Amino acid sequence: MKNLKLLLAGTVAALAATGTAAYAERGTDGDLKILFWQAVSTLNPYLSGGTKEVYSSSMVIEPLARYDEKGELVPMLVTEIPTIENGGVAKDLLSMTWKLKPGVKWSDGTPFTADDVIFTWKYCVAPDGGCAQKAQYEGVTSVEAPDPMTVKITFSEPKPYPYSAFVGAQSPVIQKKQFENCVGAKAPGCTSANFGPIGTGPFTVKEFKPNDVITFEANKNYRDPAKPAFATATLKGGGDAASAARAVLETGEFDYAWNMQVEPEVLATMLKAGKGQLVTSFGTQVERINLNWYNPDPKLGDKRSTKEAGPHPALSDPAVRRALSLAIDRSIIDEAGYGEAGKPTCNIVPAPEAYASTKNDSWCLKQDVDAANKLLDDAGWKKGGDGIRAKNGARLSFLYQTSTNSVRQATQELVKDMWSQIGVDAELRNVSASVFFGGDPASPDTFQKFYADVEMYTNNFDGTDPEKYLAEWLCDKVPNPENGWQGQNIPRYCNPAFDKLVGELSKTADISKREELAKQLNDMLTEEGAHIPLIHRGSVSSHSVKLDGVRMNAWDSELWNVADWSRKK
Amino acid sequence: MFTYTLRRLLFAIPTLLVISFVIFALLDLAPSDPTGDLPLTIPPEVREQIRASLGLDQPFLIRYLKWLQQFFINEPLNIFESLTGWQIGDGDRMRVLSWATRSPVVDLIVQRLPQTLWVVGLAYLFGVMIAIPIGVISAYKQYSIFDQIGTFLAMVGYSVPTFFTGVLLIVIFSSYLQWFPSVYDTNLRVTDFQSFVLQVKQMALPVTVLALFNASQITRFVRASMLDNLHQDYVRTARAKGVKEKSVLLIHVLRNSLIPVVTVIALGVPTIFSGAIITEQIFRVNGLGQLLITAVQGADIPLVQTLTFIFAVLIVLFNLIADVLYGILDPRIRYD
Repeated sequence: MKNLKLLLAGTVAALAATGTAAYAERGTDGDLKILFWQAVSTLNPYLSGGTKEVYSSSMVIEPLARYDEKGELVPMLVTEIPTIENGGVAKDLLSMTWKLKPGVKWSDGTPFTADDVIFTWKYCVAPDGGCAQKAQYEGVTSVEAPDPMTVKITFSEPKPYPYSAFVGAQSPVIQKKQFENCVGAKAPGCTSANFGPIGTGPFTVKEFKPNDVITFEANKNYRDPAKPAFATATLKGGGDAASAARAVLETGEFDYAWNMQVEPEVLATMLKAGKGQLVTSFGTQVERINLNWYNPDPKLGDKRSTKEAGPHPALSDPAVRRALSLAIDRSIIDEAGYGEAGKPTCNIVPAPEAYASTKNDSWCLKQDVDAANKLLDDAGWKKGGDGIRAKNGARLSFLYQTSTNSVRQATQELVKDMWSQIGVDAELRNVSASVFFGGDPASPDTFQKFYADVEMYTNNFDGTDPEKYLAEWLCDKVPNPENGWQGQNIPRYCNPAFDKLVGELSKTADISKREELAKQLNDMLTEEGAHIPLIHRGSVSSHSVKLDGVRMNAWDSELWNVADWSRKK
Repeated sequence: MFTYTLRRLLFAIPTLLVISFVIFALLDLAPSDPTGDLPLTIPPEVREQIRASLGLDQPFLIRYLKWLQQFFINEPLNIFESLTGWQIGDGDRMRVLSWATRSPVVDLIVQRLPQTLWVVGLAYLFGVMIAIPIGVISAYKQYSIFDQIGTFLAMVGYSVPTFFTGVLLIVIFSSYLQWFPSVYDTNLRVTDFQSFVLQVKQMALPVTVLALFNASQITRFVRASMLDNLHQDYVRTARAKGVKEKSVLLIHVLRNSLIPVVTVIALGVPTIFSGAIITEQIFRVNGLGQLLITAVQGADIPLVQTLTFIFAVLIVLFNLIADVLYGILDPRIRYD
């Protein structure tokens, strides 16, 4: 009788399992072939921080919660997202509690517990470890486990937006058992763990060839018995963006290729083969031109671009800053260099939608050369014999630098041409990306030193909350020799009113008030001309027409829902 | 000859030490940074900690001496241990670690060697095999149509860059005709005839591109050297003695002409190991060339340092081999 019951129970379970398997079953769709034209160096995102490492490791290790394609939090390893309403976030904003999903197993079959979560925090904040994602755990004073299925995070000060630690692809949970002896200075030595982390995700690492290729297998212990649909996955690296696009769109050798930074017309020709399609998602990336508020005159030597150098002779004039923005036709830049991967913007916080201001779109999104010329005329900038405007010996001739990249150089040419229509000259310069973004305090060519009048690059923020990002324009974040040129206030913008408003934002918990404040801050930056926002850049990838289930996501890893991908039959 | 070789080998040691120091100093002076590729969302304080964890906060000389110790003592000991299975000391030695992958550099190089040797090595071999007959016929029938076409093709092969021929072949044979894959699969293992065919197919395009390039260089040497010898007195003597034209050409002239060619070929061998950076990148062969270029771009200094130094060793070594070969092949040359 007992046996019969068991048998019946078994049949019911089997029926339940086949119920979901009606449209999908684990491992039935063969090999998923993914192409990253920048090869993956390691599968431990805590030791690398590069986008390619974060994305590729997201197939194996998971955070407690992720952002979906709309930028909303979805629980992964927990039962729900803690909020003040459901009691998960304390009223004083000093702590939060995550309830772990029961029955989740690591790919080696051992149970996933709160101990692993605590260990992950300890692993990243350990001294001498050089953890690249330390900023995710900023303000966390302790992570505790009241019971094996509960994680309590305590903050040093009230956190109105507490979703950072263990949220998003940047801070996945790693297994304590595997990394126990790899903490701090010992972290880099654990090659086999770093190359093959044990995870809770849909795939496990079978073989990892650094900077070349990763072979994955479906995780037998994945919590959804019907997923992933693919039995194996291969993630090949190397080459360049154009040939990666060709491998998906034209030759069809690969199912998915990441980051199609290719000229729009080249992609259009490849798309004609009909083998693949492009997917775009807009996150928070904005290509901008920073205007230097300090004087970068080389004659000033080491003082240039610092407070001691004094204000910029031309760019300190608000009329000049406004005119430079008015003269630019953003839609032409978008068409020529970005296509589907961009749209014109006047915001530095372009998304999520609730945070995106529209206040300045009316004057800023449209090119108005006449208005720009008039602004400069009225401000007393007179055209000289060479057609370049000048006032009191200061000429509107700017050194315009950016990193080496064909789209950026094309944009430079266009902007130079547009500025020439208002009597502004630009001298173009480009610096190799590893130097420009390298931050070596000894190099004069870094974007932090800003030994130029204007410079162009892209920046963004992780997740959906812009508080930390907007705090980058605080007065005390200006890079200077004392702080080793570290500091994110690259334009050297400084406004006490702005600082005060940021302080207010960091104390406000009410979401709609936060949105309002963030918009105000964003508008201040655009109106006062800390920078000229140009293009809201999306992430573009391509996938085969035979691949189903791709939900392009700019808020988290692009491969965030790889468990749901399948092959069309 | 033996004392000469020994003397040269001993002299190579200070040379290589100086080379290693120069490479290290140059890389240190270069303004690139290992955290330069990271997203800007990673704040400056964290970048500083990453740099410290890589040992970049230490003075230049200490870092150089550490590398010397790791490369010349720890790595050889490790290789020795893994070959013999013996353990020397506690076995816990600091190896040369790559900054990007955080794994031992030597392991990376060993992993990359097979595909580089297969693709680049085979292309070199094919290049030589094509170059010699073309060079010989071109010289023998100087200014004939064959010579003109050969010269033209050599010039094209030499002057058209591989990033053009490579992409051209991909567009024709991968995109349009779909005969060959455009992406090299480093996971493919040759176990049966079918996988062998796949391997040949994926090697076809990169090997063609590189073989064309190599052949066009060497064929000019062969032709020039043949022309020098064809007008020598001993050729006239051989012909006057009534030796068959085939023997004159292939035995007397070719053998003598090959003496300088062999040295040129020997001197070119190190370039096989340094890979063909561009071709490997285009076809995603991911061999040593691609390893070097990603390391350079990512400012992975220990990897660049070790790779360039190994290339330096190979160049010094093959220079010596070329000199010794010259002495063996040409009895007129004696070093002692």
